[in-house]
Amino acid sequence: MRNEQKEIYITRFGAFPRLLHVLVIISFLSLAITGMVIKFSEMSVFQTISKILGGYEVTGTIHRFAAMITFLYFFMHLWYLIKKLVKCECSFKEMFSGENSLVPNKNDLKEFIQTVKWFWGLGPRPQYGRWTYWEKFDYFAVFWGITVIGSTGLVLWFPEFFTAIGLPGWLINVATIIHSDEALLAAGFIFTVHFFNTHFRPDKFPMDTVIFTGGVPIEEFKEDRPREYETLQESGELEGKFMAPPSQAFTTIAKIFGFSALITGIIIIILIIYSMVFLYN
Amino acid sequence: MQNADNTLIALNKKLILKYFIISRDINYMTQIKFLSVLKFILFIVPFFFTSLIFAQNSVCFDCHSDRGLSKEKNGKTISLFVDESKFAKSVHGDILCVDCHANVDPEDLPHAKNDGKVDCSDCHDTEEFEASIHGKKSVACYECHTKHEIEPAEIFETNRVALCLSCHVQNKVKGYKQSVHFELFMKGKSGPECVDCHGGGGHKIKSAKISEDDLLKLCASCHKKVVGNYEISLHGQAFSRGKYPAPNCITCHSSHKILSHTNPKAKTYVMNVPNLCGQCHKEGTTVSQLNDISEHNILANYKQSIHGDGLFRRGLIVTAVCSSCHTPHKILPHENPESSINKNNIAKTCMQCHAQIEAVHQKVINGVLWEKEPSKIPACIECHQPHEVRRVFYEDSLSDDMCMGCHSNKNLKKNENGKEISLYVDYKEVKRSVHKDNSCIKCHTNVFTGNNPVCIGSGKVDCSICHAEEVKNYSSSIHGTLHKEGDEVAPYCTDCHGSHNIMKHSDRDSPTFSKRIPDLCGQCHKKGAPADLRYKGVEHNIFKNYEMSIHGKGLLKSGLLVTATCTDCHTTHHELPISDPNSSVNPKNIPKTCAKCHLGVYEIFVKSVHSPKVTKTDKKLPVCNDCHMSHTIERVEYADFRQKIINQCGKCHEDVTKTYFDTFHGKVTKLGSEKTAKCSDCHGSHDILPPDSPDSRLSYKNIVQTCKTCHPNSNRKFVGYLTHATHHDKNKYPFLYYTFWFMTILLIGTFSFFGLHTLFWLPRAFIEKRKANKQKKSEKEK
Repeated sequence: MRNEQKEIYITRFGAFPRLLHVLVIISFLSLAITGMVIKFSEMSVFQTISKILGGYEVTGTIHRFAAMITFLYFFMHLWYLIKKLVKCECSFKEMFSGENSLVPNKNDLKEFIQTVKWFWGLGPRPQYGRWTYWEKFDYFAVFWGITVIGSTGLVLWFPEFFTAIGLPGWLINVATIIHSDEALLAAGFIFTVHFFNTHFRPDKFPMDTVIFTGGVPIEEFKEDRPREYETLQESGELEGKFMAPPSQAFTTIAKIFGFSALITGIIIIILIIYSMVFLYN
Repeated sequence: MQNADNTLIALNKKLILKYFIISRDINYMTQIKFLSVLKFILFIVPFFFTSLIFAQNSVCFDCHSDRGLSKEKNGKTISLFVDESKFAKSVHGDILCVDCHANVDPEDLPHAKNDGKVDCSDCHDTEEFEASIHGKKSVACYECHTKHEIEPAEIFETNRVALCLSCHVQNKVKGYKQSVHFELFMKGKSGPECVDCHGGGGHKIKSAKISEDDLLKLCASCHKKVVGNYEISLHGQAFSRGKYPAPNCITCHSSHKILSHTNPKAKTYVMNVPNLCGQCHKEGTTVSQLNDISEHNILANYKQSIHGDGLFRRGLIVTAVCSSCHTPHKILPHENPESSINKNNIAKTCMQCHAQIEAVHQKVINGVLWEKEPSKIPACIECHQPHEVRRVFYEDSLSDDMCMGCHSNKNLKKNENGKEISLYVDYKEVKRSVHKDNSCIKCHTNVFTGNNPVCIGSGKVDCSICHAEEVKNYSSSIHGTLHKEGDEVAPYCTDCHGSHNIMKHSDRDSPTFSKRIPDLCGQCHKKGAPADLRYKGVEHNIFKNYEMSIHGKGLLKSGLLVTATCTDCHTTHHELPISDPNSSVNPKNIPKTCAKCHLGVYEIFVKSVHSPKVTKTDKKLPVCNDCHMSHTIERVEYADFRQKIINQCGKCHEDVTKTYFDTFHGKVTKLGSEKTAKCSDCHGSHDILPPDSPDSRLSYKNIVQTCKTCHPNSNRKFVGYLTHATHHDKNKYPFLYYTFWFMTILLIGTFSFFGLHTLFWLPRAFIEKRKANKQKKSEKEK
């Protein structure tokens, strides 16, 4: 407001990834709540949540519905990747090793060491590119998580089918442990590490809305990801990424949604910690 | 030997006589044949011995045959005369005087003082006699046997009774001579004489008195059956407990003057029986005070009854007296099934005299029943009161009108222990009751026409006259026990059944009508009521709980009269606390109690692993109420019951319950799922068997089918799901154990790494932020 001049924004996320992330948020929060309800079913707080949601049966249905959303965005993402390959927007090699690739490489290790040095005041802030190593970790954590939790979840969803095709009965028990503990890991990671790394770290606090709005102010972008800025400038693609700042209304909606998700996540993690302290004591 | 000697003496006497005759007439002698000579020679030897004795003793008899021979001793003249002929006849006739009078020298006259003393023990074994009472009291042998006229045993024994009575002159003892025992003794020794009872032999009498212990044995030696009957009778039982004043044989039959019951003088003669029994059984005696017999004024009533009237006024000796109905010796209380006055036997007893009774009662009772099934008809005494039998019914003799003459007065009251008790009776109420056909005095049996008014002191009604079994049960129940102890709260018959308004339990208005029983019992057992306040067990709020239970709802809401109510489980009259092994609700008896209705379930249950017949263990096995509860029984389909059942099983099976909650079924159940499998859905409920039993629902054969009830596509591999799995048991479930630890390490690793990462980042981020802020500030200032 105080700056009459319109600030220049750089496009970081297209519409499709942003849509996917909204789906991730909605489904993940749903899964986390409804899943923890059964994981910690001894706890009266989760029994109450189950009742609020409409009983254990509705809770189970929500969980399965959210699982379907998860599978949906998982396949949407795979489809997006394949399409990207087929359309030759980028080569196969570029997709798995380039600057825009999410696949970890040597540079990430280097940046990690530089980051640690920076933390300890032994060096400058690394020149982060499009994807930092923790962002890559986040991506693959979700990728891995969906695979593991999704597959074990299917076994638990259709135990009769999976045993009919030859899986032993005790594998359902194994699937239960994996599904439950992996979910605990995922929820715990997202609601603490991801929340901090992305939103709560002092330079972004209280929230980075880029995943909803898609754009970053150019100044911030320059500071945050200097290497990407340089690369874009050199290749002349920077101009193409310019975009108008998101509208006030859109930002507000994004903030409301984002804060709701954050608060929900925090509540869930508090409940998890409370339950674990209470149960395993 | 003695007999042989006697014969020999008699023969010798004859021969001596012959010899003298022969010597006088020598011509006659020539006629004697040779054989006679031989005979003579043969007998001449003993003759010489005998004559020798005569010759010896004759010296003594020279003086002692003198009737005047006497001596003075302590101022008394004692005759020294010995009847020679009688002596010769006595058992000692063939021995020398000096054999007994050893110290006497026949030639030395006069004999020294006391030289004549005889000691029988020189020849006879007197040890036994000396130990006897006669020996101890220094009775001399000759006092019974005489000195010189001692008779042979058989003759002596015949006369012994007189001998005994010559000293034992008491009237009581003398009475023996009139007794049936003496009569029989004289008729050929078939009855006992004195020594038969007193010691068993003339020399063995230990004491005149026969001890009480020996008395029955003594009588039983001849009257075995009678004594046997007596011993099981009320009298015999009281006697063996030493309970005064229990009668023994002597009490009724006397000791010595035992007369036949046909003898009018006998105490047991039919005319005398009522007085004999009455000695103890009339009002005011110790017996009537010691024992709470429901019949009162027995003797007085009997005298006025048709039986008593016949006996006393008309002298009809075939009329019934006490012993005719109660039997002479086997007198038993009416509760005893063997008793002649037991409800089932009374008809038989009366029919001893009233043989054609069927014909008389045909209008009222099917004649065949009298003998075949006497229990199906009212007992005689139910219409003809025991001791007051009259020719006419009570209704006629002492009618209800007479009672109601006073008792219809609403202000009629009596004072008992300072409390005013109304004696008003609503006759209409009586006529509506189940006892409407009974007259007042059928229950109030102790009215006595000798009293004025007749009912004074008639006491409480004894329901056991007709309802013996029920009262017996009640008396041993906790209600009865407390009531007997004087507990004011403990109920008596009338507290549940009412008094004059008693109705059948099938009557809707009866307090014992099944639908009203919870209210009836609740009067004392509902919360805060007296019985509840003193109750120390775990079942509280019984009444409310029952109302909400399946039984209570069935009874009170649906009006299902066959539903279990208080009395169905606790019995009607025999209620006992749960701890009593005879209680219907004792854990040992509970399955049987429930089986009264739930027989099918019971038959399955007794074959299950929880049945003590199948599992032998010291641990407590569950019975019906451990799972279904006692007063809060619910329908098993109700969610509440299904949720609770896990707690019930978990009481004993703690481990598996814990692991159940670690797995899916348990977790969903915790969220309130009712339809998710509970213990009983897989293991069964009443038919639980160990999974290794082929009939178990979880056996290899059955498990797939069992899982199919919820999982229609259940298959052999599917049932391999571990419903009680735990990842804490490395040996039992290694896959789960290692999976769990792998996941745990993964979690710890990830969180540790990123935890540190964040921890280090945070201070750096703050530093950077402050730097950036400063820079912005300085830029602005520029």
